[in-house]
Amino acid sequence: MTHLERLESQSVYILREAYAHFKSMAMLWSVGKDSTVLLWLARKAFLGHVPFPLVHIDTAFKIPEMIEYRDKLALEWKLNMVYGQNEQALKEKRTYPDGALSRVECCKALKTDALRNTLAGTWTRYRMDHEKKTYVVDENKEPYTGVIVGVRADEEGSRSKERYFSPRDKRSDWDVGDQPPELWNQFKTDFAPGTHIRVHPLLDWTELDIWEYIQKEGIPVVPLYFDQGKGERYRSLGCYPCTFPVESPAKSIKDIIAELKTGKFKNIAERSGRAQDAEDGGGLETLRRGGYM
Amino acid sequence: MKSAETPKMNIVIVGHVDHGKSTIIGRLLADTGSLPDGKLAQVRAECKRTAKPFEYAFLLDALKDEQEQGITIDTARCFFKSKKREYIIIDAPGHIEFLKNMISGAARAEAALLVIDAAEGIRENSKRHGYLLSMLGIRQLAVVVNKMDLVGYKAAVFQKIKKDYARFLKEVGISAHTFVPVSGREGDNIMKPSMNLKWFKGPSILSVLDEFKKAPGIEDKAFRFPVQGVYRFTEEGDDRRLVVGRVESGKVSVGDPVVFLPSQKRSTIQSIEAFHAPKRKTAYAGVSTSFTLQEQVYVNRGEVMCKDGDALPEVSTLLRVELFWMGKSPLEFGREYKLKLATASTPVHLKKIVRVIDASDLKKQNKKKIERHDVAQCILDCAHPIAFDLTEVLEATGRFVIVDKYDVAGGGIVVEALKDEQEAIREQVKVREEKWDFSVVDPLERATRYGHKPQLVLLTGKVGVDKKTIAKDFDKALFDMGARSYFLGIGNLLRGLNSDIETDKIARHEHARRLGEVAHLFMDAGLIVVATASNLNDEELRGIKQATNMDDVLIVNVGKNEFRHSVVDLNLPEKTNPAKNVEKIFELLYERKVLFGKTA
Repeated sequence: MTHLERLESQSVYILREAYAHFKSMAMLWSVGKDSTVLLWLARKAFLGHVPFPLVHIDTAFKIPEMIEYRDKLALEWKLNMVYGQNEQALKEKRTYPDGALSRVECCKALKTDALRNTLAGTWTRYRMDHEKKTYVVDENKEPYTGVIVGVRADEEGSRSKERYFSPRDKRSDWDVGDQPPELWNQFKTDFAPGTHIRVHPLLDWTELDIWEYIQKEGIPVVPLYFDQGKGERYRSLGCYPCTFPVESPAKSIKDIIAELKTGKFKNIAERSGRAQDAEDGGGLETLRRGGYM
Repeated sequence: MKSAETPKMNIVIVGHVDHGKSTIIGRLLADTGSLPDGKLAQVRAECKRTAKPFEYAFLLDALKDEQEQGITIDTARCFFKSKKREYIIIDAPGHIEFLKNMISGAARAEAALLVIDAAEGIRENSKRHGYLLSMLGIRQLAVVVNKMDLVGYKAAVFQKIKKDYARFLKEVGISAHTFVPVSGREGDNIMKPSMNLKWFKGPSILSVLDEFKKAPGIEDKAFRFPVQGVYRFTEEGDDRRLVVGRVESGKVSVGDPVVFLPSQKRSTIQSIEAFHAPKRKTAYAGVSTSFTLQEQVYVNRGEVMCKDGDALPEVSTLLRVELFWMGKSPLEFGREYKLKLATASTPVHLKKIVRVIDASDLKKQNKKKIERHDVAQCILDCAHPIAFDLTEVLEATGRFVIVDKYDVAGGGIVVEALKDEQEAIREQVKVREEKWDFSVVDPLERATRYGHKPQLVLLTGKVGVDKKTIAKDFDKALFDMGARSYFLGIGNLLRGLNSDIETDKIARHEHARRLGEVAHLFMDAGLIVVATASNLNDEELRGIKQATNMDDVLIVNVGKNEFRHSVVDLNLPEKTNPAKNVEKIFELLYERKVLFGKTA
């Protein structure tokens, strides 16, 4: 087996274990390359089907191409697509782009809080109606007890300590110091009422693995990852006020792989274009304890 | 970065707290240029800001509170590369409180580095970790004697540790590939030989890592496919019935006859199915895949699909095991736990403690329970039979974890399959299933037409508790809705089919077996069989389940539940309106998807 085949097999195994254990399960889809690979792996695991909803947190500041791409694939692949957002904060303009919050505070409001409440079913969920080809209010308010997330261990220090199956308490908090043991592909699938489990099938993948797999499988990705002629591209996607393109002439997947292997990004962290990480000493760690992905 | 085709290797680094694991990893990362640009400078700047002397260990301590505590609280993974290949280094905590994290880290490694402080010598967790590595099945180990700078790089100190520790490893059944003297802080013998250690002619850490070999193939061993699930996406217009899972060992090809254990059901591989992949005729160890079968049989998650002709796994409810305990509360007699082995899961009790061993000094202890950080040999008694292998034969299907309430609290390996009381019935069912003459009617089509799966609903409870009224009312309600059901009166069996056997206690097993066999025939005809039996005990219940297909039996207990194992699917109160109780059985049938379609 090649390295990619091994990674694929393990991720598919994890997805199927999650499916066997969680009655109310959802997969987070940020529309970025990692969670799109995750979505593809779900189609591998379930033979072309995705038997659970895909949840997107729409901060309303996402780069417009991302939303376009999301809805296109949702319709094409017949996905049970659900999105949620912090409608109140947006209405009251309590955001960083509106000048009311710092970057980290804004992430907490538009992402963490929206995510927590969308998962719990306490805020409105919108579901793609495949006949009307538009979003309608989702009647299902059941909390999701199994949440599949596309984080990778190589992304950042705190993510390197995750388990494949990681429990979160009622407030979505993560107790880093007291994580369950995980051995021999036996995962934490029993959990107290009110808590939920985050499932991380991509934990062992690196950024390069992701791109090589996208190339091998021909997975469609948002064109924002490629240089459109201006000599810059996005390496990591987020909200437009806080995510900046990097200078790169990579116009294709092949170019990106070459760039990661030998070029200028060989040793530069992927999230270097994300401003919220730099705002305090361990921005992402602070966010993650509170439920950020 | 290297090509994704180059094999990567998972290495775990273990050892007693403060013996310098993080420093060694930090060194390897920094000296091989595996750190992201600016990381080293960032950590140095942070040290300067907080007026702390820089240490290589800080590179790993990405988490804030970890730096505050100064110890690795969890397994951190980092990526590192040599000229030969890429490594995933798992940094396992040395502190006893974090043993479960050390185990989580070590369990996924292909090889291990065990670090011993030259100045402090062999400590409790140096031994405990060595022993656990052996139990976890790690076969490649190098012992790193660190902090040689603190002992003046003296060869004698190194030789003494080497001699003592090698003797210990021999006792626990594992041997070290090599012993390497180093200084993580000074960088001696990490990447290349050091002048300070001129007397040492062996390899540096980097060469040791590069000498480790990838595990040999398990494709040539017996085929094992623990079933993760059976999928059918009918609503999406996909009629394939897919048996999914991962090939843990061996290989299987289209046309191969297969047998499922513990149910003994048999079929033949019709096709290998995958999404967005070339069509294949053979599936090899390691691949997560799915199959369609020629003869449609009901199989469930937890069974192991094996190849007819291969050596088959053991099937039993009694297992002799070696286990380590990580739970906050001890493993005790009289309490129920859950055992998970491959995809199977069953309630389990501790039946006997053979011995408890203090993992750090290998002393045997006389204990009545197995406490946190203990390693023990014991006998486990499972509520349901499971299929498994002895670890020495096949690892993936020979190791298990034990769940206490919500948490994985223990793990272990199976060393012996013990005979249980169901052995005879199991043998008989095996012969029956081997020679089973299939109807040409697909049982799935039959179930679709009837609107329900076949099922045995067995009502039990003490003598004098009215089970029969509920059973008959339930049968009538099923009939009225158009389901195919049958009330099987136990008295009718006693005076008919069973008239040749005694009614004494010894014969009870045979009565139970025959009830199971008769129900099995009715179920093969697609029916929901409703039966009652008084005063059944655990063994009889197991016998009935073994004779039928255990997953197609619903046990309904009326009145006080005296079963030792949680084998009862539904408990009904004795003094209630029978209609209420019938309603509850219906709810369960819908929940279990026994009733799923349009009946009549």
